[in-house]
Amino acid sequence: MSLHDKSLTQLRDGIQQGDFSSREVTEHFLARIKKHDAQLNSFISVTEERALQQADAADQARQKNQGGVLNGVPIAHKDIFCTRGIRTSCASRMLDNFISPYDATVVDKLGNAGIVTLGKTNMDEFAMGSSNETSFYGPVKNPWDLERVPGGSSGGSAAAVAARLAPAATGTDTGGSIRQPAALCGITGLKPTYGTVSRWGMIAFASSLDQAGPMARSAEDCALLLQNMVGHDEKDSTCLNRAVDNYLSDLDNDINGLTIGLPEEFFPADLNGNIADVTRKAIAELEKQGAKVVSISLPSVKLSVPTYYVIAPAEASSNLSRFDGVRYGYRCEDPSDLMDLYKRSRSEGFGDEVKRRILVGTYALSHGYYDAYYLKAQKVRRLIRDDFARAFEKVDVIAGPTSPELAFGLGAKKDDPITMYMADVFTIAVNLAGLPALSMPGGFIDGLPVGVQLIGNYFREGQILNAAHRFQLATDWHTQAPTFAGDI
Amino acid sequence: MQWETVIGLEVHVQLNTQTKIFSGSSTQVGAEANSQASLIDLGMPGTLPVLNREAVNKAILFGLAINADINRHSAFERKNYFYPDLPKGYQTTQLEHPIVGAGIVEIELADGRKKNVRIHHAHLEEDAGKSLHEDFHGMSGIDLNRAGTPLIEIVSEPDLSTSEEAVAFARKLHSIVTSIGICDGEMSQGSLRFDVNVSVRLKGEEKLGTRTETKNLNSFKFMERAIALEVERQIDVLEDGGTITQETRLFDADTNTARAMRSKEDANDYRYFPCPDLLPVNVSEAEIEALRDALPELPDTRKARFIEQYSLSSYDADMLAGDLNMANYFEAVVTQANDAKLAANWVTGELAARLNASDLNIQNSPVSATDLGQIIVRLKDDTISSKIAKQVLEACWNGEGSPDQVIEAKGLKQMSDSGELEKIVDQLIADNATQAQAYRDADENKRKKMFGFFVGQAMKATQGKANPQQINALLEKKLTQ
Repeated sequence: MSLHDKSLTQLRDGIQQGDFSSREVTEHFLARIKKHDAQLNSFISVTEERALQQADAADQARQKNQGGVLNGVPIAHKDIFCTRGIRTSCASRMLDNFISPYDATVVDKLGNAGIVTLGKTNMDEFAMGSSNETSFYGPVKNPWDLERVPGGSSGGSAAAVAARLAPAATGTDTGGSIRQPAALCGITGLKPTYGTVSRWGMIAFASSLDQAGPMARSAEDCALLLQNMVGHDEKDSTCLNRAVDNYLSDLDNDINGLTIGLPEEFFPADLNGNIADVTRKAIAELEKQGAKVVSISLPSVKLSVPTYYVIAPAEASSNLSRFDGVRYGYRCEDPSDLMDLYKRSRSEGFGDEVKRRILVGTYALSHGYYDAYYLKAQKVRRLIRDDFARAFEKVDVIAGPTSPELAFGLGAKKDDPITMYMADVFTIAVNLAGLPALSMPGGFIDGLPVGVQLIGNYFREGQILNAAHRFQLATDWHTQAPTFAGDI
Repeated sequence: MQWETVIGLEVHVQLNTQTKIFSGSSTQVGAEANSQASLIDLGMPGTLPVLNREAVNKAILFGLAINADINRHSAFERKNYFYPDLPKGYQTTQLEHPIVGAGIVEIELADGRKKNVRIHHAHLEEDAGKSLHEDFHGMSGIDLNRAGTPLIEIVSEPDLSTSEEAVAFARKLHSIVTSIGICDGEMSQGSLRFDVNVSVRLKGEEKLGTRTETKNLNSFKFMERAIALEVERQIDVLEDGGTITQETRLFDADTNTARAMRSKEDANDYRYFPCPDLLPVNVSEAEIEALRDALPELPDTRKARFIEQYSLSSYDADMLAGDLNMANYFEAVVTQANDAKLAANWVTGELAARLNASDLNIQNSPVSATDLGQIIVRLKDDTISSKIAKQVLEACWNGEGSPDQVIEAKGLKQMSDSGELEKIVDQLIADNATQAQAYRDADENKRKKMFGFFVGQAMKATQGKANPQQINALLEKKLTQ
């Protein structure tokens, strides 16, 4: 088995046992990135020199029986996480020249665990998008079909993991940005309960919805990575102060008696029949292992897309105000005065989708419109949360398709934002409620992966990871590799 | 036409916490530009605020000092606007749910009249940085040391009707916030800044006139002048048949003029919304009670105590109790001198006059409370006369040493040796035989007038050091012999 086919867990064990060195593994992935990423465009920055230094340090640590639990294992970080001394662009021209002076808590924690950073992955600009086409650095291609999008916004992370350019990657999820690209690229990705992973150093899109999470090929690898990302951080007031759960200990538990709710709203009449079939088949596998399936209803969930597209842009319009050309980032040439500096720096530094959302958000918060939009959206948000709370009185896990469609063609929706926004119809409600959810590969249609979403109750990441792991023990959808990613 | 003025104040008070409201940076004033600006204060991508609980406690202390409702649940909002000294593009402040609710501040005017000024609320917020327009050759520099310094903004109801009342109110707030130790009170450094809302209306009119807001006044004197100027301007405009535009105005203390900065039409839409990076602030009843127990003496209580304990007049007590530093100084002098009446006279008289003339406040007095106390001690034990005491004070002011050193070095000790003084008196009567004879021939009334001449001669002969009581007695005896 080549190194890149090994799971994160296997790589970790192999380095620990001395089967191979961190340098060997790191060089192997760097070589694959060099060879294949010209086609995929999944990386914005490859930090080869630093990665090799970290790998050597990890190898030395191992010799002294030191090093963290992920000592020497290479992964990639979404370019939304601040990395000290490395460009942190958020895939925007605005931050093309921004070298972060500090590390995000996620980067810091994983670094302490011994992780080697291969580079920074491509994404939709400021995480705004569902196709990875809004990046200043160009679109990412789906490794299953280079004419198709990988999903977004964590499309670079998803494509890199699917193409075996990295065994795992970090992502962030505001409305589905981990789960939807994971689904479209055939990998496993988890968005934790809001407040589980620190947001310090993660460039904010919509603060009340943003959560970082792991993206890997299997639930087991996601659990391993997540375990090293979570924990209270006094630098983030919204990061919860509670004991860290053990996501690994219950992975193998049987799922006999687990109650899975299927919301009728996740299987609408106009849903692609094949996607519904694949999803039901995957759920049937869980049923075979003893899970009980019941029908439920989440009536307010149908309001989640418009609700999200008020709250997220509103917060974004404020969060992105700091990018003004004054202290860092892009500044226009020869501003004539302060207003000109603001207007042109922002007009030239932001892409169209970012500007669209800033405008929408600014409008929603404007005097006279606040009550009708922002306040109402917050009320609907509560209804959505209540729907889930009621459902979780009856079920342990809620399941359905992750995305209403397969990976779509590059450029197919670029000029139709509303259709694009509907790509997140099944994922957004989870962010509005703050719940944990994952997407796992559930099968294929016409050679394209289909993702199945499992939503857990608050802090029940362990439970959905357990269900996904049990599913993956019985199936091999998650081990499928796109054909182009052959050996080097 | 008879006009009536309506004034309301918005007062920004910098809280004297060690660190900023949302970051660990120091709040010290005077450091090199941008040396106290952390990643958070710079608004770096990905950074997040963490509330400094000390700022919350100080805001609560203020609320308790004015008997206000303390809101058990308050929340921060974002006020969005672009300005170079506002790094995040928004100010984190409170709007819908301020920490301090309605309260009352009692002011006392020069004629002894008292008035209650209602406080609408007081909220917590962060200060902005500073834009520096000099020394940058047509460009502007930004200093973010001040960005994130905690403020409370105190908003009064429009209960004030003269500039005198407004100043009395401002002074009272200054007195309260310094007395409870939440602000250093350094007006010249911007520790307290006043925005004044002014409108006028015809006497008897119920409806409020259109108001203007004059921003960022940082001295009582400027405030008084700015109000007078604005009242006069508004009346002129209205009497000429014009209308007042709701606008923000800037007062220029150098030229004693004000100009419109922006009108309501081009005011920002601040797009307030709850800050999603901060949790609501919850304060328990127990926390409030603990702060209430720790509340230092309030100026009104202190004034009453000074009147009671030191038998001061209401006027003296006002002067001494209003400012915490002044009060502490006074009480230190009393401790040293063991004479409250004399201590009050010297602090409010000679010392206050000198401080005023040099534009110094009591903290920077060149004469320490111990030294002033010692001067009073020497006055009381007849070592020096009160005239000499002023000389000693001046020498101490000029740094010439402690009172005793000065008295010794300059030979200012009062002459109380009666034998020596008798010789001097005999001599001066002999030297002024004509005047002495005239004195003896005069009646009681005339004698009174002439007596001063001999005292003057005696003081002249002793360079002022003669003990006045002894001289008086000797002269009276010798002149009538």
